[in-house]
Amino acid sequence: MTKLKIETMAEMAAKGAEPEILFWVGCAGSFDARAQKVTVAFTKILNATNTQFAILGKEESCTGDPARRAGNEFVFQMTALQNIETLNTYGVKKIVTTCPHCFNILKNEYPALGGNYEVIHHTQFLQALIDEGKIKLQGGGAFKGKKITYHDSCYLGRSNNIYEAPRKILEQLDSDLVEMKRCKSKGLCCGAGGAQMFKEDEPGDKRINIERIEEAIDTKADIVAANCPFCLTMLSDGVKAKEQQENVMVYDLAELIVQNNNL
Amino acid sequence: MIGQIAFTLLVVITFGIGYKKYSQLRRNILLGRDEDISGDSGARFKNLLLIAFGQKKMFKRLLPAVLHFFIYVAFLLTQVELLEIFIDGFTGSHRFFRPYLGGIYTLTISLIEILSVLALIATVIFLARRNLFKIPRFHMDEMTGWPKIDGNLILYGEIILVTCIFTMNSADEAIHLVEGKGSYGFAISQFIGPLLTNVYTDFLVMLERIGWWGHIMMVFAFILYLPFSKHLHILLAFPNVYFSRLQPAGEMENMPMIMNEVKSMMGLPVEGMDENADANMDEIPQFGASDVFGLSWKNIMDAYSCTECGRCTTNCPANITGKKLSPRKVMMDVRDRAEEIGAKLDANDTRCIKPELKAKTQTLTKDNFDDGKNLFDYITKEEIHACTTCNACVEACPVTINPLDIILQLRRHEILDLAEGPAEWTPMFTSIENSGAVWQVPDDRDKWVTDLLEKEDQA
Repeated sequence: MTKLKIETMAEMAAKGAEPEILFWVGCAGSFDARAQKVTVAFTKILNATNTQFAILGKEESCTGDPARRAGNEFVFQMTALQNIETLNTYGVKKIVTTCPHCFNILKNEYPALGGNYEVIHHTQFLQALIDEGKIKLQGGGAFKGKKITYHDSCYLGRSNNIYEAPRKILEQLDSDLVEMKRCKSKGLCCGAGGAQMFKEDEPGDKRINIERIEEAIDTKADIVAANCPFCLTMLSDGVKAKEQQENVMVYDLAELIVQNNNL
Repeated sequence: MIGQIAFTLLVVITFGIGYKKYSQLRRNILLGRDEDISGDSGARFKNLLLIAFGQKKMFKRLLPAVLHFFIYVAFLLTQVELLEIFIDGFTGSHRFFRPYLGGIYTLTISLIEILSVLALIATVIFLARRNLFKIPRFHMDEMTGWPKIDGNLILYGEIILVTCIFTMNSADEAIHLVEGKGSYGFAISQFIGPLLTNVYTDFLVMLERIGWWGHIMMVFAFILYLPFSKHLHILLAFPNVYFSRLQPAGEMENMPMIMNEVKSMMGLPVEGMDENADANMDEIPQFGASDVFGLSWKNIMDAYSCTECGRCTTNCPANITGKKLSPRKVMMDVRDRAEEIGAKLDANDTRCIKPELKAKTQTLTKDNFDDGKNLFDYITKEEIHACTTCNACVEACPVTINPLDIILQLRRHEILDLAEGPAEWTPMFTSIENSGAVWQVPDDRDKWVTDLLEKEDQA
């Protein structure tokens, strides 16, 4: 296996090179142990498909999504304007990210602050790689006949109407895609959005991730596929709370591709 | 002749009171701040056609959608008959359109009759769903008292209306038969009319008049009742859908004032900044919304367009898992608060003039209004803290109401103006501000890269 190549924008700029895309890693992808695995999986795919990419590394900051949704516009503006300064200095045109919260805010909210980029979510990017033939999913692989259910994240689904690209990937894994009762535009939130990830739940009968994972378990799926680091955490916690670790695995789509193709 | 005078008088009274009530309604909507909603009329008309006229979003639930569709189409078509009632009422004519339209007239009235029967069936089923089947969304905390009565009143009104239509047409049919003029040939009343031919003609004439007057009186009553009712959606759904947002649901509105402030703090160029802006600022600006005055007029129109169906709440993950948040309640609260302010303005309740302005004026306006209350007297912080911003409520609403937009503006007020909010959020804010990450972590942001490459070297 060839050695992984991960360069920063600064390193590239020093060489006078410009990458095709900037991989926006995000806070979860950078710091959260579970989400890091998705970052690594996606990096492996980028390498395997010879995609010229760079990361911002230490120059990347939080996009400001949780601060803005909590209501703290000051903190959001500070971090967002800082990021836009960095991105514009490097002349970034195209960004891919593994986090739908980063995706939504970079794509829809940064333009009003002076940050205009083509922003795509990694599930769209992966689907495009498959369409272009750059990733060939070997049929009959690890997931042949496995029951997989797909959890729509709110920020990819309802917020941005992306429902099909991730499902197409799952179909090409030769897997048996089963839908939960609440899916696509009716999909149930994992409970993390709107800065809920960073606080305790308000008083109630149940945690939202438990409600969601029960629905996933009801489908008898072996795997719950996700597209968001926060959903990943919430759903995994749900699986643990229901003591179903032996029966149900929660993976990001990028991880499924890496496993299928032994990257 | 007496009939014509009575009718004209009734029209004048209804429209007189109506004009006042609907002007107040318009004023209440405009209590909100300005928001320029324009552009892309093509997309807006498409929404109007598909979502408002076509009821596209209703059809996510088939049974209520079909039943509602019957009542809705019956309502639309009856407008033709209503027009005729007005002409007949003013001129004293009888079935004014009939000689001009001939077969088309028979067809139109027949369609109205068929749809009225379907609407009647739908109404009875709706009453049963509301009162017998205990469908949960009709029995939540916010659906007690007036909202519960209101929901039923409209349905009873609908039954009376349909009964009047058939009384009118069937008695008319019987009179026509007795007078030897043959049948009108309307789809349903042609079968009821013959059953009444043995009744005294005088009584039939009276019956027909009772039907006719009953019908139009119900219509007038509806017009005056709507501003007090959730049923206002039959009018407001259309403009509300037309003015609904076209940008992606995930996009939050920017706050240019804060952006410019931060830009100048960071030494970045600020576009279109008035150099004297600071000097001109005689009041501390309000951020977000604490009351309907801080919301956009569209948020308030949303509230008045809400028919309290509860689809938002049954799809809300927080509500599903027993939290206090109910998007429907948020909408009802905004409407109630707008109504409260409106009533105080109408009464010129001078006690509500801001204390510092009391000496200057004796007229209460929205600009000097301060009754010591705001939206937080209606909506608790616990409710807005429970929101996951998942957009399920927005997606669920058949008339494109956006409760999330209001929740987020309340959150902005809480954090920016009150400097309150859940204590657990503070470390997140501080961490983003100080280290650019949502968590306070000792590691560098690219440590995963060095870790990964190290691991590869070892392998």
